[in-house]
Amino acid sequence: MELSTITYIVVGATFAVYIAIAIAARAGSTQEFYVAGGGIHPIANGMATAADWMSAASFISMAGLIGISYNGYGGSVFLMGWTGGYVILAMLIAPYLRKYGKFTVPEFIGDRYYSDTARVVAVICLILCSVTYVIGQMKGIGVAFSRFLETDYETGLYIGMFIVFFYAVLGGMKGITYTQIAQYVVLILAYTVPAIFISFQLTGNPIPQLGLGSTLVGSDTFLLDKLDRVLLETGFKEYTTSVRLSTLNMFAYTASLMIGTAGLPHVIIRFFTVPKVRDARKSAGYALVFIAILYTTAPAVAAMARLNIMQTIEPSPGQHVLIEERPQWFKNWEQTGLLEIQDKNGDGRLQYVADGQRNELVKLDNDILVLANPEIAQLPNWIIALVAAGGLAAALSTAAGLLLAISSAISHDLLKSTFYPSISEKMELNASRVAMALAVLGAGYLGLNPPGFAAGTVALAFGLAAASIFPALMMGIFSTRVTREGAISGMAMGLGVTLFYVFQHKGAMFVAEWQFLPGLGKNWFFGIEPNAFGCVGAAINFIVALSVSRLTGEPPERVRRLVHEIRLPVGAVTLTGQH
Amino acid sequence: MNELSEAQARQYWKRNRSLMIRLMIIWFVVSFGCGILWVDTLNLIQIGGYKLGFWFAQQGSIFVFIGLIFYYVVAMARLDREFGLEED
Repeated sequence: MELSTITYIVVGATFAVYIAIAIAARAGSTQEFYVAGGGIHPIANGMATAADWMSAASFISMAGLIGISYNGYGGSVFLMGWTGGYVILAMLIAPYLRKYGKFTVPEFIGDRYYSDTARVVAVICLILCSVTYVIGQMKGIGVAFSRFLETDYETGLYIGMFIVFFYAVLGGMKGITYTQIAQYVVLILAYTVPAIFISFQLTGNPIPQLGLGSTLVGSDTFLLDKLDRVLLETGFKEYTTSVRLSTLNMFAYTASLMIGTAGLPHVIIRFFTVPKVRDARKSAGYALVFIAILYTTAPAVAAMARLNIMQTIEPSPGQHVLIEERPQWFKNWEQTGLLEIQDKNGDGRLQYVADGQRNELVKLDNDILVLANPEIAQLPNWIIALVAAGGLAAALSTAAGLLLAISSAISHDLLKSTFYPSISEKMELNASRVAMALAVLGAGYLGLNPPGFAAGTVALAFGLAAASIFPALMMGIFSTRVTREGAISGMAMGLGVTLFYVFQHKGAMFVAEWQFLPGLGKNWFFGIEPNAFGCVGAAINFIVALSVSRLTGEPPERVRRLVHEIRLPVGAVTLTGQH
Repeated sequence: MNELSEAQARQYWKRNRSLMIRLMIIWFVVSFGCGILWVDTLNLIQIGGYKLGFWFAQQGSIFVFIGLIFYYVVAMARLDREFGLEED
């Protein structure tokens, strides 16, 4: 059968499953719409959280980021950063917000800091990070469609929007949860199956996590040693030791991704769907297990695919492949623009080296490692189709989670809690559906007309969550002394400083012409790059909030009681009146 | 609903907090420590095809993270029982 036919069948089948789930899991109350009724099993929620969390970027781009752009060891910042945040979530955040037992993150911030202003500031932070994030997912959907199903980008995006619209508007969190579980199964199969084949072909060990540390088939050479040597010979840095900019930058980058993960509202609200506080702790553990299956496979894919590409181009030292004789997958992906070659020295052979003057593989997109993996390993067509369905599942599941975070912030935090408290539950449910529909349309619009700043946005979302929401939650749980004035000024400063640093590097709103203060130079703050700046923003947030709180008295008694009570899994506290 | 005195609630929180601090130290050591700060030294040790520092940064730290969360789940369940804070 033709590849495109199989791809249509596999992708069509997964979409039919998502729609069937949407019809079965309609939401009948605001509780179902916002938190899926609060009765999701911790393992099921762990799976849904994993799909919610792993976006198009994790699925399609991460292995390439590690294997190509960050040249191996430098890419560890993503692996540690995007998993280590779950330890913070499990111990320092999720159980207490679950005990608090409401629907949204801004709701907690508004109550804990006894202020509508704090709630609205939190809504603004939430919308800024979620919208920047969702644009990336919408683009991912369009790109996946256009690459695998040969539709154009717009058509792909419309189909994706229709699917999300269907189950998110009908089912809210309830529909999203069950589709995310299905999407997790699709995406994890799509990721691990090609990896198992590649690992087996290269090392004889079918488990990629072990294959990465094994010897190559038919030799005593370890795969990583071979890769190190091949890269050094072609002028690149050693794979297993090349640091991203500096040790301090790697430290800051990892820290920013970790606390950004722990502060992203669409991840936190997933923990509101389990029945008990104990389940919230467990669920974070299960989520990390499900995430780790992909995240420990990714470095193996990165190293193995990189080695495959190096060896395809230079099968034995000094013997470069004839351009005429390059493999078919090479030609296929050249058509998509992800690969581009240029015979600069006119010898009819392809040279891939670090030196830009001599390098003839002029374009090697990060996404190629995962997308072309099945073809490089010469796997059957149904696996290629599965990778297409997996990429779409990763993008759709994350988009839906983000859209729910955005729409519940609008219908619950702005409408119900701030501007129109007398609204009935039924009206609020309708309002939440309208907000969801608008959010899907808005995200689709931004996906079709990506603003200039869409390129670097997912990284920005982590920086903003790290600098604004994470510190407000931590201080809300761990201190009874932080006041509303402290929290509001902390969030505003953290957000402001982070935006300033990013925009100063990349231009205001990411428009390159709107550069300002160029005299400061690149990475001027101790050599920390803008993507790694979130932890500095967070530190500023903490310092400002704690200092301002010292000057602005004490939070009221009921807030002190609230803080004491969220720290206990059940029950209430009798305050004795002294501190 | 159980009602705890403020002193009991403080005691429970103190125990929880010291558990968290111990586990977060391990979290820091395996990722920021073994994976970043001491990576060069650990890379002198090789296990199979893995340099040890590289392994911590790309695989080991993730496995330890999972272990930490489940240890916390079990330890907190024990603490909840001790204070009569089990949920039914």
